[in-house]
Amino acid sequence: MFFKQTASVKLNDPVLQNALKRAKGKFVDGRALGVAQIDNWEDIRTYAAEMRDRVIANLDAYLIEFEKNATRRGAVVHWAETAEEANAIIAGIALKNNVKAVTKSKSMVSEEVALNDALEAVGVTVLETDLGEYILQLAKEPPSHIVAPAVHKTKEDVAELFVAAHHKPRLTDIAAMTREAREELRGRFLAADMGISGANFIIAETGTTLTVTNEGNADLVTTIPRIHCVITGVEKVIPTLEDFATLIRLLPRSAIGQSIANYLTLTTGVKAPDETDGPEQMHIVLVDAGRTKLVGSDMKEMLRCIRCGACMNHCPVYQNVGGHAYGWVYPGPMGSVLTPTYVGIENAGDLPNAATFCGECQVVCPVKIPLPDLMRKWRERQFDRHLRPIGERLAIGAWSFVVARPALYAFATRIGVRIAAWIGGRSGQIHWLPGIDGWTKGRDMPAPQGSTFRDLYARRRKAA
Amino acid sequence: MKVGLFVTCLVDMVRPNIGFATLKLLEDAGCEVVVPAAQTCCGQPGYNSGARAISQQLARKVLAEFKDCDFVVAPSGSCSGQVKVHYVEDLFHDAPDLGEFKKLAAKWFELSDFLINVLKVDNLPGEYAGTVTYHDSCSGLRELGIKSQPRALLAKTGCELAEMNDAEKCCGFGGTFSIKLGEISTRMAENKCVNIAASGAGAIVGGDLGCLLNIEGRLRRNGDDRTKVYHFAEVAAGMVGAGGETGGKMVGK
Repeated sequence: MFFKQTASVKLNDPVLQNALKRAKGKFVDGRALGVAQIDNWEDIRTYAAEMRDRVIANLDAYLIEFEKNATRRGAVVHWAETAEEANAIIAGIALKNNVKAVTKSKSMVSEEVALNDALEAVGVTVLETDLGEYILQLAKEPPSHIVAPAVHKTKEDVAELFVAAHHKPRLTDIAAMTREAREELRGRFLAADMGISGANFIIAETGTTLTVTNEGNADLVTTIPRIHCVITGVEKVIPTLEDFATLIRLLPRSAIGQSIANYLTLTTGVKAPDETDGPEQMHIVLVDAGRTKLVGSDMKEMLRCIRCGACMNHCPVYQNVGGHAYGWVYPGPMGSVLTPTYVGIENAGDLPNAATFCGECQVVCPVKIPLPDLMRKWRERQFDRHLRPIGERLAIGAWSFVVARPALYAFATRIGVRIAAWIGGRSGQIHWLPGIDGWTKGRDMPAPQGSTFRDLYARRRKAA
Repeated sequence: MKVGLFVTCLVDMVRPNIGFATLKLLEDAGCEVVVPAAQTCCGQPGYNSGARAISQQLARKVLAEFKDCDFVVAPSGSCSGQVKVHYVEDLFHDAPDLGEFKKLAAKWFELSDFLINVLKVDNLPGEYAGTVTYHDSCSGLRELGIKSQPRALLAKTGCELAEMNDAEKCCGFGGTFSIKLGEISTRMAENKCVNIAASGAGAIVGGDLGCLLNIEGRLRRNGDDRTKVYHFAEVAAGMVGAGGETGGKMVGK
């Protein structure tokens, strides 16, 4: 993981910086307005957090209930313990049914397991139909945001991609570009053999899978092809439809300030004999891939997450470096907690440290995940396992040793502030200091006044 | 009323003037202030670096030092959050002496909160004629609800408050973050400086020295020697000339 290095590149990318500034205004101001529409926002958050905790504590029971009800409606529920298993199950369904073309609506779990690669490896063509995901598929890039995957792309970037892919005159009007994409996609929606969707939630009492979109593409993906395949994480289960009614008050508002999303696609089972639309087969692949490791652990709150993106939208680090800097599927604070659970803390060491603990993520989280506390838990593991750089460990060790010994502290700081004040000289600013060059590269270090408070105070008491 | 002053290690080392300003504000308001001599650090740097055992040890040290005080006051929202929130909810939430830490938390106040909500001060020693803008430091704001209190103090000094955009946005300090991820930290400080400049204020005032050092460092690196950087205690105590803005000047000599 090269967060620090990638972040540096991103900080100096003017196009990205512009895109991030625009997005920040939209997400942050949008959410504030959306939340202000509801007078019992905090009550709903509390209810939702408790409901999610209840589900996670009884995950097995709710999943079995879901399986029972989904099966009764003709769906087949598959259990994938690993990413590889999930891919093998879906590739197997495709091969068995002679599937050539797949349409897909947005799914972060499919990004997580790299499903598209697995399907293309067995000769299946995959088309992303969420506009943002479609743009990124053309650009051959991963999403940089879990809700707005192409938020780092400008209109001009997209115009170039469309010219190359669609072989039509270059457009710059967003509405016209969207229409062009829609025309490109429509025929392929109709021709697909299998549709793959994610699920924002799955509902235990009805066996329903549920997808929230603004483009309606999930409607087409889930109803037109003869096979519908859902891929989602095991933690997405919620008890009842009514619980969904609660969560839908939180999700789009938290994401972008919408009171409700344009489309809520609820899919329950296969086409019934008396129905004209819907798939002949429905497969639901429930992916663990490390999630159940968190159940009952000191990071269990992370499983509450409903993937709204509010934590990243409000994170001052994310706002300045964008999602790609985080190096894996999930960016921002939720990614800084999740990524180490998937790839190992030794491979994602910077991420839990990429936070000032300003607390904005926790304040905006619709299910009250204590994200800074969870990042700190990763730091504790890093400290205990000696995974941070030696210099940092020595510095913390030395500081702790000194502050635990008041006489030593008094002596060391007396000398230290005198020297530092001398270095600061007449300007009172230290322009460079080894050991803290991470600070002094971009900022001066205001020099100390020259004596410690304790010494000055003792002197004053003596004089009095 | 015996009030313990928790100086904070940063104020002790870098800007004692803030400590003396705090002392003056409390004494002028009639408090009997004690400054336990063995105090050092609340343990937050180690805590946020994952050194849990060490931070627990330092927390116990703080507890012992302020046991006899009716109140404890610190000129920092960040250290106060460590004591009032993190000692209780995390470090000692399942310890046998949790009750002691709860007592400490209950009598512990961030300075502006104490002056406004406990002492309900009316008159302050300080007068300030200029226009200032206020930076809300994260821990004080989000952990303790420090927002109106420092502004109320500033209003009493006669200064004009020109709010900046994103006053509640993190300045990028974040303790060791400012060194570990210096480039991102610098960008966040730069964003803050842009908002300060746009506010038209002649001084940026805050309640946490870490943030103030970060902001001042970026202002000076940018060549801005004009914008003053003060802790609200210095403004409220009328001690802005007495060694504030570091400047290498000695206080009390």
